[in-house]
Amino acid sequence: MKSLLTTLLLVLSLGAHASGGEVKLESADIDLSDSASLERGAKTYVTYCLGCHSVKHIRYKRIALDLKLDEAEVLKNVAPHSAGIYDQMHSAMNGHDAEKWFGTTPPDLSLIARSRGADWLYSYLKGFYADKSKPTGVNNRVFKDVAMPSVFWQQQGIQTAVIHEVDGHEVVTDLKIDQPGQMSAKEFDTMVNDLVNFLVYVGEPVQLERQAMGKYVLFFILMIIALAYLLKKEYWKDVH
Amino acid sequence: MFRGLVYGSFKQPRELIWIFGMLIFVCLMAEAFMGYLLPWGQMSYWGAQVIISLFSAIPVVGDELSLWIRGDYVVSDATLNRFFAFHVIAVPLVLLILVFLHIVALHEVGSNNPDGIEIKQNTNWQGRPLDGIAFHPYYTVKDIVGVAVFMFFFAVVIFYMPEMGGFFLEHANFIPADPLKTPEHIAPVWYFTPFYAILRAVPDKFAGVIAMGGAIVVLFMLPWLDRSPVKSIRYRGGLFKKAIFLFVISFIGLGYLGTQPATPGATTVARVLTAVYFGFFLLMPLYTRWEKTKPVPERLTEHPTLEDRIPQLLALVDEVTLTEQVSDAAGATVTRRKANVAGIKAVLIRFAKQLKASLD
Repeated sequence: MKSLLTTLLLVLSLGAHASGGEVKLESADIDLSDSASLERGAKTYVTYCLGCHSVKHIRYKRIALDLKLDEAEVLKNVAPHSAGIYDQMHSAMNGHDAEKWFGTTPPDLSLIARSRGADWLYSYLKGFYADKSKPTGVNNRVFKDVAMPSVFWQQQGIQTAVIHEVDGHEVVTDLKIDQPGQMSAKEFDTMVNDLVNFLVYVGEPVQLERQAMGKYVLFFILMIIALAYLLKKEYWKDVH
Repeated sequence: MFRGLVYGSFKQPRELIWIFGMLIFVCLMAEAFMGYLLPWGQMSYWGAQVIISLFSAIPVVGDELSLWIRGDYVVSDATLNRFFAFHVIAVPLVLLILVFLHIVALHEVGSNNPDGIEIKQNTNWQGRPLDGIAFHPYYTVKDIVGVAVFMFFFAVVIFYMPEMGGFFLEHANFIPADPLKTPEHIAPVWYFTPFYAILRAVPDKFAGVIAMGGAIVVLFMLPWLDRSPVKSIRYRGGLFKKAIFLFVISFIGLGYLGTQPATPGATTVARVLTAVYFGFFLLMPLYTRWEKTKPVPERLTEHPTLEDRIPQLLALVDEVTLTEQVSDAAGATVTRRKANVAGIKAVLIRFAKQLKASLD
C-alpha cells in the first residue's frame, strides 16, 4: 500500500515537473491588498516598461479607483507626462519601428501575468545575464534567446551565468552579480516584486472584489439550499 | 449519461429518448467548440485550426470541405463570424427543438428508475402507476435542491478559482490569437480530452478521425448493442459490472492523457485504453448475452437515502480519526481530531473488498 502510494506520488511529481519546464522558478510574493506596493509597481512600470510595452486594457482612472489614490496624484506620480486620467496605458512606441529594432513587436502586457504566472515573471525579470553572442548583449535564464534587452541593468548590475554541462547541453545553473548596480540585491528584489504584483493586479483588477463578494454569494446560496431542502422534505414526506 | 448507462435508461422502450439525448450531446459539443473560438486567444485559434483541419483528412472532398467550413484558407475573420452566429443562435435553436422532442419522447414511455422496472405495468384502479409520483411538484421541488447545490460549486469556481489551475481558462488563451505562432502544446479543453486522446492514439490521421467520430457514434447504437434482458445494474451479472468498471477507467485515463503531451509511453497507454473503450461497446452484444442476471422484482425496492446514511457516515469519520483532549491557550479543554492511519487503512481495505464483491 505504502509503496503504491509513493510510486503514485513519484509519477505525479514527475508529471508536474515535466509540464513545468526544466528551469526552476523563484517565487514572487504577491499581495494585491498592498496598495503601496502596487503603486510603486505602477510607477516602475511606467518608468521602465511602458516605453515599449502597452497595458491597453487598463486606464489610469481604474488604477486610481482601485488603489484608492487621488486622481491628480496618479497623474503626477504614476502616469507619464501629459497623459490624461481616462487614458489607457498605451505605449508611445511605433510597432513598425519596434519590429525593425527588436525583430518583433513588444507584446501588450495586460494579461501576461495570467498566461505566464507571477513566479515566471519574477524569475524572468531577475534572470538576465551577460552573453556576448547576443545582439542585445544579454540572454535570459528563463526565456532563452529573448529579444528583450536587460532594462534593469543599472539597478541590478550585470550578472554572469554559471554554466554546467548536463547531458551534453550547456545549462545555466546559477547567476552571479559581476558588477553591482545602484541597488542592493534586496532593494532590487522588492522593486521587481512590486512590478510583478502590479502586473498580477492588471491581469484581473477585480480579483480582490470578487473574493470579497464571493462569501456573501456563497452564504446566500447556502440559505437557498437549506430552504429548498426543507421544502423538498416537506413535499416528499408521504413518498415511500 | 452515465446514470442512464448504469440503470439501462437507454434500453427498449426508451431508444428514441436516448437518440434525442445523444443528438443534444453532439449539439452541445458543437456549441462548446464554436464558443471556444470566440475569445480569440491562442488556444481558441489553434484548437479550431486543428479540429477543422481534421475534416481535410476525409478522402476526395476533405480539403474543399474544410475550406467551406472555415470560409478561408486559415481560421480567420470569416470563421469567427460564422462561429459566432452558430454559437449564439443556430445551434441554440436546434438544441431547443431537440430538448422539446426529448421531452415528447419521454412522455410517451415515462422515466426509468434505478430498479429498471416498467412502473406502468402496476397500476391502481384509476390506471395510475402504483410506484409512480408526479414530476410536479415532487421532482421540480427536488431539482431546486440540485440546482442550488450546483450553483454553490459554480459560485465557488467563479469567485475563487475562475481559471481552475489552467483547466477552465487555459493559460495560453490569455495570449491573443496569432496565426504566425503555433503554441508548443495544443490541448483541447478538459471535456474534450478523452476524444482527443483517441484521435491521437490512432497512427493514421483519417483513421484517427474515424475513431474519434466512432467513439461518439457507437454511443448512438447503445440500445441495440446491449442484449441483456434486465435494465438496471442492480440485477445485471458480474461481466457487465466489470466491463463498466473498465470503461470508466479507460474514459478517465483517456481524459487525463488528452491533456498531456503525446510521448511514446503515453501513446501506448492511450492505445490500450482506446481498445478498452471500443471493446466495452463492440463486445457488448456478446457479454450481455452470456452473463447471468439476477431476478428483477415486481415493484420498486426501498434503498436508504443519503439522510438515512448520516449515522453511518459519522461512524466512518470516527473510524478514520483519533480524538484527543487538549487544553488550548485560553485554558479551555477542546477535542482535537487527528488522522488515524490504521483506521484509514481498514476503511480502504473494506472499501476495496466491497468494490470487488459488488463487481460479482
